[in-house]
This record gives sequence, C-alpha cells and structure tokens, in this order.
Amino acid sequence: MATDWRPSAEIATLRERARLLASVRAFFARRDVLEVETPVLGQGGSTDVHLVSLSTQARTDKGQRRLWLQTSPEFHMKRLLAAGSGPIFQLARSFRDGEIGARHNIEFTMLEWYRPGFSLDELINETTALVAALVPSFTGPVVHYRYRELFHTYLAVDPFTTSLEKLRTLAAEQGQMPAGTLAKERRETCLDLLMSMVIEPQLGRDELSVVMDYPASQAALARRHQDADGEWVASRFELYLEGIELANGYHELTDADEQRARFSEDNAERRRLGLPEVDIDERLLAALEHGMPEGAGVALGVDRLIQLALGKARLEDVLAFATPNC
Amino acid sequence: MANYSTNEFKGGLKVMLDGDPCSIVENELVKPGKGQAFNRVKLRNLMTGRVGERTFKSGDSLEGADVMDLEMEYLYTDGDMWHFMKTDGSFEQYAVEKKALGDTEKWLKEQVPYTITLWNDKAISVTPPNFIELEVVETDPGLKGDTAQGGSKPATLSSGAVVRVPLFINQGEVLKIDTRSGEYVSRA
Repeated sequence: MATDWRPSAEIATLRERARLLASVRAFFARRDVLEVETPVLGQGGSTDVHLVSLSTQARTDKGQRRLWLQTSPEFHMKRLLAAGSGPIFQLARSFRDGEIGARHNIEFTMLEWYRPGFSLDELINETTALVAALVPSFTGPVVHYRYRELFHTYLAVDPFTTSLEKLRTLAAEQGQMPAGTLAKERRETCLDLLMSMVIEPQLGRDELSVVMDYPASQAALARRHQDADGEWVASRFELYLEGIELANGYHELTDADEQRARFSEDNAERRRLGLPEVDIDERLLAALEHGMPEGAGVALGVDRLIQLALGKARLEDVLAFATPNC
Repeated sequence: MANYSTNEFKGGLKVMLDGDPCSIVENELVKPGKGQAFNRVKLRNLMTGRVGERTFKSGDSLEGADVMDLEMEYLYTDGDMWHFMKTDGSFEQYAVEKKALGDTEKWLKEQVPYTITLWNDKAISVTPPNFIELEVVETDPGLKGDTAQGGSKPATLSSGAVVRVPLFINQGEVLKIDTRSGEYVSRA
C-alpha cells in the first residue's frame, strides 16, 4: 500500500514546532515588534542571479498577469517600513525553485524582521538572543569572525588579494574537480565554493559563529563600507550554528538609485549567463525614493532553527509535507 | 543518452564521469547564504568500484550512462574469457574479461546466477550472489567431536577460494559461504 501520503514530520515534532513558533511570536511581542503578513505573490521577483523565482499566471484587474512567488518577504516589508510601520517581523512562506536537500526545501518558512534605528551590532545581539532562547543545546559563546580572517585560518589565502588563478586552482582542488575545471570562473564563484564546502562546515561548533565583512560584491541589499584594512566590504552578517547557515542580516541600503543600479547589474549578469531577466520591483524603488528609515534587517531560516532546536537530521523532519511528498 | 542536471542526481542514477560509467551514491545541495549553489556528489566508479566525491556547480549536467544489471548463469571459461548466459530464457551469452570479473573469479560455480553489469552492452563487472554453496576440495582432516570449540583452519573450495572453516569440517563437504565477507556460514 502506498505510504507517500504520510507527513514528512512526526506529529509529535509538529507539536514542538508549534511551541517554537509561539516562542518566536512571544519574543517579538515582548520587544514591541509588530507581526505583519505580506503577500506571497508580487509583481516583481528577485533579480539575485543565484535565486530562481517561481511565477504563476493570475487573472487580475489588469487582465492576465505574471506574478512572482516571493523568495523572501523583503520587498513588501520594506514598503511597509517606508510607509511608517516601525519595527516589524514576519513568519513568511518563501519559495526558491530547485532548492531541495537536507537543508533546503523549495517552499520554506522565513523569519524576517526589521529594526529602524538599529545598528548592525544591535541586530546581531538581538538575533543571537533569539537563537539562544529557542535552541536549548546552545549555551554560548558567540564568536565574531571577519570573512577575510576565516580564509586565512582555514585556507591560508586572502579573499581580496590572492590571485584569481590561485583561487581557481585551490577551489578545484577542494571540490575534487579535475584541474582546470574552474578556469573560466569568476572570483566570487571560487570564494563561494571555498566558503560553502570548506569553511562553513567548521563554523558554529560549540559556539554561535557570526561572520562579517563580506566582500562588497556580495552585498546584495546591504550597504557597503571600508573595513579596517581599507577594503570595501558589505555591511552584512551571517550566523552559523553546527555548520548550518541560519541567518543573513544587513545594514539596509536605503538609496533608491544605488538599489536600482544593483538590480540592473544583476540583470546584466543574468544576460551574460544566459539566464532570464527578472522584472525589477518598481514599487520597492518608489518606496525607497519616498524614504525608508535607516536601520537593520535580518532573515532567518525558521525550519533550520527548528531542526537544530529539536536535533533533527534533515529539514524534512520538521516539515509537515516536504516538497518531494507535497 | 539523456543529460541529467545536478538536481536530478539521485542514488542509483548512472552517469558518465571522466570517461567512466558511475553510479550516484549521494547528492547534497550546498549553498552559501548568498551566492552560487553547489552539489557535493558521491559517485561509485563502476569500472573500478571505487567511491569518490566531486563538487559540481548546481545546474551543471552529466551525460547518462547506458548501464544495466542483468542476471546470468556462469557456463565455463576458455582460459581467456568467462562465459555467462542470460536467465531470461533467451539463451543469449556474454563473454567477460578477467578485468571485469575481478575478485568474483574465486566464487565461480556453474549454473549459479550472477549479476552482470553491462555498459554499452559490454560486461564491466560481475557480482556473486550473497551466499553460495561450494565443496571443500582440500583441508586438514576433521577433528571428531569438535563442534563447539572456537578453532578454525583453512579450506580450499571448488571455486579456488580459501576460507577459514571450523576444525570439524572434512574434505568433500558442501559449505554455505557469505561472498561479501568471504566467511563460512554453515554446512549446506
């Protein structure tokens, strides 16, 4: 008899999941952060070259339209901030095509929150406090690393100054690829491979690791600043626990022109790679033009957090129905 | 053959890598917070049996390998090649080289079904059944009454394999052997 109708998670796990989600809401209620719900469907998608947005056709007031399933609630939430919402959080269903695995599911729950007036450090403190409140096995410490320092420690190279040739060779070696496989790849691809295959698995072991000062090219929707060594870096942090990337936070970009330029760069890179271009979200840009308060925001993978809190091996162990048996 | 992209890599899928047919053992999606996604893939090289890892950029693809497993009975060897016959009633025969036969040479017995892996219709490996019954052709005389003591001795079987057997086993007896560990299981 077929058994694929059964849930991916045990019912007892779903009870624990509900309890953890209630704790998340209580955490933000205590801090006077407003819970919001924004649409899953949007008129614009994510231009991020490494994300594949799903889309659907809808019959709207303007006739048949293509609408995009959001890869995160970021754009809608920023429009709320620009409209004067104050601090907000959301447990948002988000969608990223093709992402299936032990730590990925095409449809997942993102916890995203924004703190007008916060510095990146203040937001890091709040994020680690939330993780500490939810993951009983985590007892500290919180350790900060610079992206550059991690490459020195684990790979004895510098992400900014080591030659591209050397990075390509090293990345191919670490990926057990035949020499020359990465001969045409960009610096970013080599750094991504080394970061995700070599460094990340070693982070968050008996500690909560905070990584900062990413190369400016990896800023996405974060501001850029010059670090102590004079390198341009992203005002961005990532959080790791037990080798798993949990959260990604930004000191938010509020400049509409700069944001438009980054979206256009993404689409130019998409053309170069033969990927479809994505409609730029003009309403987000209009909101930034109107004026979004300075502040910081972070996105945290709630399913992963629950997975870690409950000591489960795979993401699907905490999902009622993972995509492969949805 | 069709091409398969990284998100179609599943355990058991047969693909070509560096000119050799391989079977996918494991496939894990790895993605930094922002940036390029990769797949860390474990593959078994079907020519050598070795398992190795390889990283791919997500979205890369590999050509499928025309590989299939068929059940065939062992017939005979002419000293150069080993001959097997399909058990599906077609009487179709395949000749297997020594290299493809590998360690299975010491577990060969006529009329026993083996799993033959074919790549482009050529045999590349032979897997024996998990258990096989073989006659002892040479061993020291059995010790009477010694059925419980732990001792063992070497015995040469009709297929040429040498296994450790209990002291009470005699020449001419037929034994059940686990071909995966090469260990004696029981008298047949």
